[in-house]
Amino acid sequence: MDSQNTKNIPGPDTISTYTLKNGVTVLNFSNFNSHSIYMIGILNGSGVLDPSGKTGLAHFTANLLSRGTKNLSFSDFHSQLENAGANLVFSCGTQHAWFRGKALAEDVELLFRLTSDGLQNPSFNQEYVERLRTQLIAGLTIRDQDTSEVASLLLNQHLFPNHPYGQPIDGHIETIQSITRSDIAQFHEQFYSPENMIIVVAGAVDGEEIRDLSDKYFSTWKKDTAVLPKSQLIPPALTNIVRKHKFLEGKSQVDLLMGCFSPTRTSPDYLPVFIGNNILGQFGLMGRIGKVVRSKSGLAYYASSNVSSWSDVGTWNFSAGVNPENMEKAVDLIRKEIKKFVESNVTDQELNNSKSHLIGRIPMALESNAGLANSILTMQRFELGLDYYQKYAVQIDSITANQILSASQKYLHPDHLVITSAGPGEEII
Amino acid sequence: MNSLVKKHVLENGLTILTKEIHHASLISHWVWYRVGSRNEVAGKTGVSHWVEHMQFKGTQKYPINVLDAAISKVGGFWNAMTYLDWTTYYETLPADKASIAIDLEADRMVNSVFDQKETELERTVIISEREGNENEPMFRLSEATRSAAFDQHPYRQQVIGEMQDLRSISRDDLYNHYQQHYTPENAVLAIAGDFNTEDLIKELTQKYADIPVRGKPPHNKITPEITISKSDQITVEGPGDTVYVQISYRAPKATDDDFFVLMVLDSLLTGPASLSMFGGGSISNKTSRLYKKLVENNLSVNISGGLQATIDPFLYDILAIISPEKDVQLIIKTITEEIDRIQNNSVSQVEINRAIKQAKALFAYGSESITNQAFWMGYSSMFADHTWFDTYIDNLEKITKGRILSAAQKYLDPNHRIIGIYRPLQKENK
Repeated sequence: MDSQNTKNIPGPDTISTYTLKNGVTVLNFSNFNSHSIYMIGILNGSGVLDPSGKTGLAHFTANLLSRGTKNLSFSDFHSQLENAGANLVFSCGTQHAWFRGKALAEDVELLFRLTSDGLQNPSFNQEYVERLRTQLIAGLTIRDQDTSEVASLLLNQHLFPNHPYGQPIDGHIETIQSITRSDIAQFHEQFYSPENMIIVVAGAVDGEEIRDLSDKYFSTWKKDTAVLPKSQLIPPALTNIVRKHKFLEGKSQVDLLMGCFSPTRTSPDYLPVFIGNNILGQFGLMGRIGKVVRSKSGLAYYASSNVSSWSDVGTWNFSAGVNPENMEKAVDLIRKEIKKFVESNVTDQELNNSKSHLIGRIPMALESNAGLANSILTMQRFELGLDYYQKYAVQIDSITANQILSASQKYLHPDHLVITSAGPGEEII
Repeated sequence: MNSLVKKHVLENGLTILTKEIHHASLISHWVWYRVGSRNEVAGKTGVSHWVEHMQFKGTQKYPINVLDAAISKVGGFWNAMTYLDWTTYYETLPADKASIAIDLEADRMVNSVFDQKETELERTVIISEREGNENEPMFRLSEATRSAAFDQHPYRQQVIGEMQDLRSISRDDLYNHYQQHYTPENAVLAIAGDFNTEDLIKELTQKYADIPVRGKPPHNKITPEITISKSDQITVEGPGDTVYVQISYRAPKATDDDFFVLMVLDSLLTGPASLSMFGGGSISNKTSRLYKKLVENNLSVNISGGLQATIDPFLYDILAIISPEKDVQLIIKTITEEIDRIQNNSVSQVEINRAIKQAKALFAYGSESITNQAFWMGYSSMFADHTWFDTYIDNLEKITKGRILSAAQKYLDPNHRIIGIYRPLQKENK
């Protein structure tokens, strides 16, 4: 096993951590090799909080935070950002509301001030509610014609029936049409809160300055009334094949997705499955699946697998873009690879290659301020310990082929999958 | 940014550009070939891109399975891109593994196998790639608009190629194209990262110096098209419920002083954009002139611009995404009127200075990664030389109101442009 390249790996000695009295945790990693800074943060306000019939409300709310505040008009807000060559985006995921900003180091205070203002004082001006509604509906119209997006929507719908994760974060055209300004203001009032909020800054700025800015812009935010999301029971894993296809006219290619659950981010099964997935559908030109579907059969431009894991569940997805005539062939090939994968150990060579790959790529993932900030956020968010990436090589290296097989068998089965597709071909609903 | 770049030319003509950066133990290694869709002829469109795919199919020394794992198993990432004027192959990997990338790229400069069976397997992969593109309305619109904006020049073709050509190109077509263009004198090798230049040059010389000169590739007579010869409006129909409008003007080539002026013009009209194809960060465009006129007035839902650095004059595109009930002609009129205002001297120095500050910020964001720094050295060598990027900010800072006015009048001429409109097919016709 190659030794890990440890230059610049953030850890407890180099990450400054600061907690405000209202519950905001601020982490900073100084990187003076660049002239810029990157800021990322999460807080309460995710899509799982969408009320029934208002799917997309959390997403709508987050997107309005940068469209004018009680202190700054839309135009002033964006003039200040764009005049400085800075960027700030508020968004929403299944687990959190998010913000991400980038600026030259000299403009770090601007990012703090506008982030704070957007989160705490949005104006939800009716004019911008309506303009954003039009933009969101246009985006949904495009999404609903996108073969890859439609296959993904179908997959989540059938993997998470009657659960918020089965609903699209950005909503449906009819739900976006029904959301009022009052719904948005109420959502913000009810859910946005400094409690459990995390801010991470990486770049050419020192910890003391970040501490001062955090105090200045976030310490006065008090909100004891905010409602935190209740965890909802994840539906049981599938015990059969669910097959769905959405016909989209005028398309040349079918996007195919197959999926099941994967371990949570903190599960002992996570790393074995993560490495196993690398072997199955990532390594080199997309692992075993890429080799079989693309290189040996010439069926697809892309064919790969991916594991995404959160605090309460994860998903294991297999995807390919294929000519409609080859769709069933691609499904069969992928299922055969899955069968093979859960019936026997990966080879020593495969395991060693993937381990070297995953360990060796860490310096690249941590090269940019964005990469550094995202990694620190992952460690904090999932309580992995701030030395997680410093110990990463040892942890990866300790995983055995037996552990991969045993962990994968818990989640992956060739006959227990949701299989969705969108594009040409007869609809299966 | 490139002030630390060192240039070295081997006897066989291979240009090597190096830049030492020591903040992380990484290197990024790029080999650029001066061949892209610009070098293709009718009937063989897409051949450059297909050759790029075949370069991943192995050599005697690195058979396909070995090649696949060589970079990945040390944690590196690697890929390739084909564009109008160039094809490039890159690897970013731990610095102590640099020799793998050097050996692999030197080998596949001359020794790729182009196996017949692999050629046929890749044919369906590339057709699948094209079919994936065809699923996108913007691809269909771009293909039609670009084709109308050039009479003869190869820039009129998409890099992926025409479907009928993808069905007919043979293994020998691909191999001949490879042999003609993959030569040391037609290539630039750019490396940035944690190395000692002297030692690195020794290693590169050892690997590349014996690759024979093959003579310059045959020169297709490519006549630049300085203007769009007409004003035309074309309509593409397809599935969906969204309208797209693309207005294409002729842009100056990258080595023309006006290119930098057009960059600022684009920033004023549709917001700042980086020329980098390799990330680094972006800046929103919500205070740009056309965003204010179109999006803030509820005419379109989005607006963007597109300008590429190219050998010959290419296109400057303005793209608007529109809800189907909106008046497309009103949007075109609004864009035209805003350009007209610039042509009539409405630009202030403050506005120009703001565009320059934004360009500097994008420049700083793009400098964070070693991969991006190596990208820029090679990329700028494809249409100029590496000093093009070195003087990029200086050139922007020289731009005056007078030059903006003059370039707007020269390039953004309503009598020489193509307006492409993508309209959803009427439901009853489906």
